[in-house]
Amino acid sequence: MPEMTMVEAIRDAMDEEMARDENVFIVGEDVGQRGGVFRATVGLFDKYGSDRVIDSPLAELSIVGVGIGAALYGMKPICEIQFADFIFPAFNQIVSEAAKMTYRSNATWTVPMVIRAPYGGGIGGGLYHSQSVEAFFTQAPGLKVVIPSNPYDAKGLLKAAVRDPNPVIFLEPKKGYRLIKGEVPEEEYIVPIGPAKVSRAGEDLTIFAYGMMLFYSLQAAEQLEQEGVSAEVVDLRTLYPVDKETILASVKKTGKALIVYEDNLTGGYGGEIAAIIAEHAFHDLDAPVRRLAGPDVPAVPFSHPMQEWFMVNPEKIFKSALELARY
Amino acid sequence: MELSSELKKEMYWMMLLSRRLDERAWVLHRQGKIAFHISGIGHEAAQVGAAFAIKRGYDWVTPYYRDLALMLGLGLTPEEFMISLMGKAGEPSSGSRQMPSHFGLRRVNAVSHSAPVATQTVHAAGIGLAIKMKKEKKVVLTTIGEGSTSQGEWYEAVNWAAIHQLPVIFIVENNQYAISVPPEMQMAVKSAADKACGLGLPGLMVDGTDVFAVYEVISELVDVARNGGGPALVEAKMYRITPHSSDDDDRTYRSREEVEENKKLDPLILIKNRLINEEIYSEKDMDDLDKKAKQMVTDAVKVAEDSPYPSAEEAAYPVYVEEVPNA
Repeated sequence: MPEMTMVEAIRDAMDEEMARDENVFIVGEDVGQRGGVFRATVGLFDKYGSDRVIDSPLAELSIVGVGIGAALYGMKPICEIQFADFIFPAFNQIVSEAAKMTYRSNATWTVPMVIRAPYGGGIGGGLYHSQSVEAFFTQAPGLKVVIPSNPYDAKGLLKAAVRDPNPVIFLEPKKGYRLIKGEVPEEEYIVPIGPAKVSRAGEDLTIFAYGMMLFYSLQAAEQLEQEGVSAEVVDLRTLYPVDKETILASVKKTGKALIVYEDNLTGGYGGEIAAIIAEHAFHDLDAPVRRLAGPDVPAVPFSHPMQEWFMVNPEKIFKSALELARY
Repeated sequence: MELSSELKKEMYWMMLLSRRLDERAWVLHRQGKIAFHISGIGHEAAQVGAAFAIKRGYDWVTPYYRDLALMLGLGLTPEEFMISLMGKAGEPSSGSRQMPSHFGLRRVNAVSHSAPVATQTVHAAGIGLAIKMKKEKKVVLTTIGEGSTSQGEWYEAVNWAAIHQLPVIFIVENNQYAISVPPEMQMAVKSAADKACGLGLPGLMVDGTDVFAVYEVISELVDVARNGGGPALVEAKMYRITPHSSDDDDRTYRSREEVEENKKLDPLILIKNRLINEEIYSEKDMDDLDKKAKQMVTDAVKVAEDSPYPSAEEAAYPVYVEEVPNA
């Protein structure tokens, strides 16, 4: 199997879906000749033309809103928001329109679309090129929210998202675009939206994570093993609707749960995982549920030491997990 | 363009039916039989003229909440409207999940809309984009109040349509009030049509109380758009004869004298006088038509009153779909 980066896998997924279905098209800022600022759409403009790889005006709400209109007509738009931090002008279209269309029309209208956005910090992006936005969308039933952590899943999940008849928010850990490499089969495959995955089996505690934090959690698990701690790592992959069964099965096995996310601690998505465990696995717990997340400051600062202060990293995960294991 | 007597009769009937339904809704509200009504009295000429200017059921429409006459023109039935007022089972736009007059009718390509204003205009641009991508000869008509043209969403939608020369007709129903706020507090230009010159598409003004003038103007623009000539913006001016909604008290912001003065320009009276003067209908014909309309309204009320409510359990779905019904 060829090894490729996250961003290459994402591009391949779009390429294959565009080749498979002529209704699939891409719209976003600089996605055309430039191939996207992260190069996620490179080559697609030349291959599919300006009709199917559309450089939008510099206005995010209409990237999504125009996508919704096209989806209502039967197209399958892949809308790219250049940085997740810029998704908020489109919030109304995503939450009031895309998320609610099926329900409010009694399923006479639906919005089959994908909204892709690179998220997350640790790349020197400061406040407005570093944010994690998933929690804004995981409380909007009608949306599906997906975050891959490796190239294999990125490709398979994105293909599933394009084929999904519902709106899917597809958040990509931008720091991992080129950092995270992995084997991706040449033959066709899909990773279904919904199931979580046990990325590493363990006995002493479970680390729940997604995206970049999953990658870091696997590194921390290696380090923990050297300390004699066997950590299970669960990749949530689909944040909404979430796979409660896999979460609870793992907690029931290990009895300890560490939830890692890089968004702000308070109100961040990991709180929901903690609530699920507290409600449904309380008697299986050997220690309090623990969260490791970004601090409650407005966003990630630019200057390197301050950025590193904000960011969760493998070392912080290791320390937190070790404390939990020794509880 | 000389309109046939038959067409004039059809338009009159639709305006009359809309008015009698609208008036009955106010009565039902005062009787405590319905919770809410948002009225289109005074808008009938603009809406019926627009509805008749497109190929109904073939072209697409993204309407707004004041468009009762437009929706009747497209094919909404009086029974369906009454069922929506009472929140009964079988309501076609949303299964009575939405408030009344949040229109949407799949069978005539009228798209579901929400309450945050101007959201639907971006969808119109996206539908226009899809029509262009599929090289079809349909047009999209989208309506909005003048106050809502203050929204960024409206500008982004018109901008998209102008850039890509999309087959979209943007109609602004300028009824002089956005709830209580007059146009001079919404825009520094004299007419919303003047905004077109900054966005690069034709902007026209039409007397929104003259159904035949509206029909002729929009018919020409539809013909241009259908043949690849691009979008247009039309402001149809009229006066909102009723309060904004059944929850509004317009005595707090406009005088009774002003309202009475403007009732002289009631579009229903104007067309009625015109058809009598042109000897298309006699006074007796008019009386007969009025009786017929009132009877239809009474029958529709009966149907709605006799209809069951949806079961409470229906509120649990549909959040997601397994397939796309609008492909």
